[in-house]
Amino acid sequence: MAERKVIPKASINEGTGSDLDRKGFLSWLSIGWLAFVGATGGFFTVLIRFLFPNVLFEPPQSFKIGYPDDFTIGKVDTRFKKKHAVWVVRDEEGIYALSTVCTHLGCTPNWLEVEQKYKCPCHGSGFRKSGIHFEGPAPRPLERHAIYLAADGQIIVDKTKSFKWEKGEWEMSDSFLKI
Amino acid sequence: MSYIKSFIDFLSAPTISFTLLTVAFPFIFPPSDYFEKKNRQWGVYKLWTNAGGFWVFVLITLFFIVGYFDPHFNLTMTKPDNIPIILMIYSMYFLTWLGMKKAYANDERLDRGEKPEEWNDPDDKVLVWPDLVYIELIALILFMVALIVWSILIPAPLEEPANPAATPNPSKAPWYFLGLQEMLVYFDPWLAGIVFPMFIIFGMMAIPYMDVNKKGEGYYSFKERRVGYFIFMYGWLVLWVFLIIIGTFFRGPNWNFFGPFEWWDPHKVVPLTNVNLSEYVWVKLLNKGLPVNIIARESVGFVAVIGYLFIMPILLAKTKLKHLYDHYGPVRYATLMLFGLTMFALPIKMYLRWMFNLKYIVAIPEWFFNI
Repeated sequence: MAERKVIPKASINEGTGSDLDRKGFLSWLSIGWLAFVGATGGFFTVLIRFLFPNVLFEPPQSFKIGYPDDFTIGKVDTRFKKKHAVWVVRDEEGIYALSTVCTHLGCTPNWLEVEQKYKCPCHGSGFRKSGIHFEGPAPRPLERHAIYLAADGQIIVDKTKSFKWEKGEWEMSDSFLKI
Repeated sequence: MSYIKSFIDFLSAPTISFTLLTVAFPFIFPPSDYFEKKNRQWGVYKLWTNAGGFWVFVLITLFFIVGYFDPHFNLTMTKPDNIPIILMIYSMYFLTWLGMKKAYANDERLDRGEKPEEWNDPDDKVLVWPDLVYIELIALILFMVALIVWSILIPAPLEEPANPAATPNPSKAPWYFLGLQEMLVYFDPWLAGIVFPMFIIFGMMAIPYMDVNKKGEGYYSFKERRVGYFIFMYGWLVLWVFLIIIGTFFRGPNWNFFGPFEWWDPHKVVPLTNVNLSEYVWVKLLNKGLPVNIIARESVGFVAVIGYLFIMPILLAKTKLKHLYDHYGPVRYATLMLFGLTMFALPIKMYLRWMFNLKYIVAIPEWFFNI
């Protein structure tokens, strides 16, 4: 004899017209959840896409700066600072390209000819001509960019590669153009 | 006059002004009986009387009047960015004065065995609606009028379009962040820009859980919580407000320091060569090269930092601060020490930089980790 389950009267929804059983509830829940995930996902996809510009008006990352003879020994060339954010330095041995981004918080320092140093106007970090930090809070030297000669004898600076002194990368051949 | 001006320039150098303020601070807000006695003896408490408040107001105003007619200070003072700082100096002084005056009045009442002033039912009590709300409406309108007049009379200091290749010299943060910018001169960005601001916020949230002194709740009082008052006021007035004032008026081109009446010479040369602690120890003291292993190289710095932040509080809990530790329990004691010691790390680092040209205690640029 099968035992009949006794259902309390009050819990039977008679005459309400609702026929949402357990299975129906679950499928509605899944549909609702999927719709929610889809909408949220779509929203964030659009939002993140919005953060990336359609067109970038940026100068090329790799560019020619002229012939080695264009640079005076012992001088810091600031011509490429505005457009390409590099200083080109010529010393007795060769030429190197320093990034103009301060290694403390990313401001652009100024080359002071009289004091022979790069000095950052934000927190007072100072770098020697070679890029080595010596005053203020900057924890490491300025970075150098790859520099080499093109077939036509011009110098090419490649900003996609950078060389960090603290990792010993200034010894690498592309960080420095021997002349 | 020029003597007075060069004397003020000399006094305002951060090494001197910061030291003067720090030394004077316990006499102004005495945290112990000794300082309390000296405060009474030298009449420092008179700062918080009506006459004292008036004379300090006159002094500040005199300074600004003299500054207005000085060709150099006039440039910094009348810059549209800096006008809020002038207002801030006045409002800071007025609010401190008002709070201390009320606190001293209550302290005297408590000494006489009376209840604090706030216990008396005020006789000018009004209803929120309509009385208070009307006052607020009028205040709101007056404030709007003042802001509109201000914005018409002094145009917004707009500059040329942003250009990553051209950083203005000096390059200043908005005035409310100048305290942060000043901290950044002494610390790595992750510390001064992220950890410290978070510690300031969490530390202030933790104050009511650490300072559970029921006295002074709901009324002004200095004597009943003088240590807490001293520590908070030092952090607020010296390590925040004063740093904003330094950043606004005393930092010029190349973030060099200039006295208020000094000309902002963009070629001012300040001989500075900062050295890391590891270089001091290995190169200068032991005459060896820096060890290749990073951890070995920075071991002294790590010992110093861990000793300061963790070992010192444990030793203090067993000796000098045993009473505080027993009263507070381990969790509250550790919280207090963490936030308190981090706060005092700022002046300590400033002095290390000024006195020994010390750049970083732990310096690992390879991992972006410098302290």
